[in-house]
Order: sequence, then structure tokens, then C-alpha cells
Amino acid sequence: MNAAKMIAKLTLALLLLMPALVRADELRGTGNLGLIIERATGSALIVDTSARKTIGRVEGLGDLSHASVVFSPDQRYAYVFGRDGGLTKVDMLTNAIAKRIVQAGNSIGGAISDDGALIAVSNYEPGGVRVFDARTLDPVANIPAVGADGKASKTVGLVDLPGRRFAWALYDAGEIWVADLTNVESPAVTRLTNVGKLPYDGNVTTDGRHYLAGLFGEDGVVHVDTWQQPLKAERILDGYGRGEQQLPVYKMPHLEGWAAVGDKLLLPAVGHHELIAVDLRKFTEAGRVATHGQPVFAVARPDGRHVWVNFAHPLNDTIDIVDTESLKVIHRLTPGPAVLHMEFTPRGNEVWVSVRDADRIDVYDAASFAKKAEIPAQKPSGIFFTARATRIGQ
Amino acid sequence: MWPSLALASVGAMAPAAAGETNSDPARLANLVRQDCGSCHGLTLKGGLGKPLTPDHLRAWNREQLVSIILDGVPGTPMPPWRPLLSEPEARWIVDRLQQGNLP
Repeated sequence: MNAAKMIAKLTLALLLLMPALVRADELRGTGNLGLIIERATGSALIVDTSARKTIGRVEGLGDLSHASVVFSPDQRYAYVFGRDGGLTKVDMLTNAIAKRIVQAGNSIGGAISDDGALIAVSNYEPGGVRVFDARTLDPVANIPAVGADGKASKTVGLVDLPGRRFAWALYDAGEIWVADLTNVESPAVTRLTNVGKLPYDGNVTTDGRHYLAGLFGEDGVVHVDTWQQPLKAERILDGYGRGEQQLPVYKMPHLEGWAAVGDKLLLPAVGHHELIAVDLRKFTEAGRVATHGQPVFAVARPDGRHVWVNFAHPLNDTIDIVDTESLKVIHRLTPGPAVLHMEFTPRGNEVWVSVRDADRIDVYDAASFAKKAEIPAQKPSGIFFTARATRIGQ
Repeated sequence: MWPSLALASVGAMAPAAAGETNSDPARLANLVRQDCGSCHGLTLKGGLGKPLTPDHLRAWNREQLVSIILDGVPGTPMPPWRPLLSEPEARWIVDRLQQGNLP
């Protein structure tokens, strides 16, 4: 064989190998990825949390003025719930929309069932909860939320529970519903009526046992222990703001990502500059934390040592860091105008913060509070890391 | 600055120059979209709060809307904005919303 032929053969062999080599290089896991909502442009950034950089951008997600995200069990797909009723399945590996539907006129959030098979969406218009096949986004169930008062209600605080169940609250009717979708064609719904005025959000403890809904229409919280049969709703923290003038609330607090730390849960007090600590065994008040403003999110570092808190307009340029043993603010940051959301990396070494009016994401070291990186983003709001796929209620 | 807002603020100078308010229209429009938008939707088509579209607002007159903004609606999450907005600012917002020409 002459030299020229030899070279040609080698070249051919190399060329044939190329696609495999390229592929091997591009293969990656998704456990350190995240999705950041750009609320004004209806787009989302796909970020690599290890590299602290943006690796893609997905457009065409509709009105994201209020948005939330859940992930498929394999952490490849993000389901983005938009304000306009849009439900978009985003492929985190290809930065592309895998499927998109507009399932209602106005919606607030959603959840994925424990088996990853069902996506439930909580709607304002026309109200109720709609359920979709997680693979195809084909509709599989529709549960209108007509309260005991006979009227259609907005639904809020939708979360997944173990056993292919979901729980949510009826904002207008003041009810909490728990639905078992083991047999999706005929959902078994338990209705807890007359639980309190205007439940504005709800969430479940990380073990999937205790569902709590915050009330806007009165000072109090509703507790449902989902291990008890029959289910019942119990009022806790009744009149927590008693004797104090409630302040105007310029942004609804959120219970998503709430701070359950050891034997305590830290909740935003509606209309007050404080967090309320709840004893997770007795469900009674275990203390208060005075904060810079009215808390919107109180997010626990995954190890539970600290809770990071952001605030309602017009005090929304600040973050308080609360020590969960002493229940005191130990550090205060002022990242910039309109701090909307905070998300910890899964082991809690870093926290990502969206600073909406600075068009920026800041990455902080969660131990030293030093800023480690800035990532440009257009009017960023919610930050969602794929590790949420492994958590009940997220 | 956000491009669409930068463009929009030019258009907003007209009513401000007419003496209705000395406030920065871009700042006010941003407040309406972002902060009112938390409840009423960024596109103002509604959320937990009612839609703020001209069609929907027809049910109230100008003075009623100004008073709703400044003093809130008791028993609902609509807060009084008087601590944060002046009367001319509330008036400017109502005019823009009623006419559907928020910059």
C-alpha cells in the first residue's frame, strides 16, 4: 500500500469517527442545569449552575408575568406555567420547545405527579384545575372548582402529594381540595369547605405530609395533615397580627420554596414586617423574626442553617439572611432594584438571585455572602434548578 | 434601559408636559406593568386582580378609579397606593389605562 492510500484510509477512518467524538463531547447530564424566567419577553434562559453561565435561551413562552416551573423525573424537561394559561414543555438539552399548549385563559401555577405522568395546572380563568399527560400534554382530566357557595373559584397553592395526589386551595370560596388521581378518568376529590377567607397560596412540607394555606382575608393559616383520615382543615396562628395595624400589601407573599428547617417552618406574615416561626410538631407559633420589609419569599438553605428573605415593593432591593437557631437577621444584602426570587444550588453552597430592574442574576456564596458572579438576563424573575424534580411539592 | 421602554418614554412625554404630573412617565409605566402587573398581569389582562383593560374599566368613572388606586378596596388584596403615589400620578395612570395608551 502506498503512502497516499494509507493517508486517505486514515483520514476516512478519522472522518467516520468524528460524529461519535463530537457526540461524546456533547453528552451531558442535566442535574446542574436551571431555567430562569425572563418575565417581560416571554423567554427563559437555560443556565449551567456549575459554570455559572447561560447555555441557551428559549423564546415564545407567552405571558410570563407570573410563571412557575416543574421538572420531569429525568430532569430533562421543564414544564413552564405562564400567566396566559400557556403550558410549555421545554427540552433543557436542546434549548427547544418540545410542546406547547394554551390550556386556559389565565393561570397561576402547576405541579407534576409523583410518578411524573401527570401535569396539573391551577387556573384563575376559568378557575379549577386541569390535568395533562406529561409526555404529550394531551388533556386527561378537568376538575372545575365550584365551591360550596356554588360559584366558580380561582385556584391557588397547587402541589403534588405522594400517591398520585394533588392539593390546592380555592381562593374565592375559601376551601382546600385534595384529589387522588390514581384513576385519572375519575378523580377522587376530598373537599374541605369553609377553611378561612381568601387563601392566597399553599404548600406542603418536604415530607409531603402537611399542607398549609396562607390566608389573605384574615390573620391565620390553615393546616391539613394528609396522613389523617378523614382529612380535616385546622386553623393555626389565629390572629397572628392581633393588635397591630396591617400594612398595605404591595406584593402577595409566596409559600413556594418556603423555609422548613428542622422542627420549624418560617412563614411570611401578611401585611407585617416579619416572619412567623411555626413549630412543626405542634403547629403553634414558635417565635417571630423582625425583617426589613414584608417578606415575599423565605427560602431555606438546603442544610436549614439560614433562611434568605426578599421583600415586597417598595423595599424590594434588599435580602435579609436569618439565622434559624437565634431567629435573628445576621446579614443584609442590597443586590439592586426589584429582587424577585432566590434559588439555592442543591447542596446549598450558592444562591442565585434575580434582580429584575438591573437585568441581572447575581450568584452569591451562601456561606460568606460574597458575590461570585453576575449573569445578564432580561427582566429576570423565577429561578428554577432541575434538582426540584426530586422534591415533593416542587 | 429596556429598549421598548426607552422608546415608550418618548411617547409618554406629551401628557406629562401637559402639566398632569411631574413624575417620570417611564418610571410610572414601569410601576404599572411590573408592580400592578404582579396581580393584574404584566399585559394588564388580569390575574388575582381584575383586568385593567379599557373595556373592563368602563364600569367605573375616572374619579372612582383614582380613589381605588389611592385608597385601595377594603376586603380585597387591592392595597392603598397613597403612601407611594401622588394624586396626579394616580390620575395619570387612570387616564392611560382608560385610554389604553400606557407607554
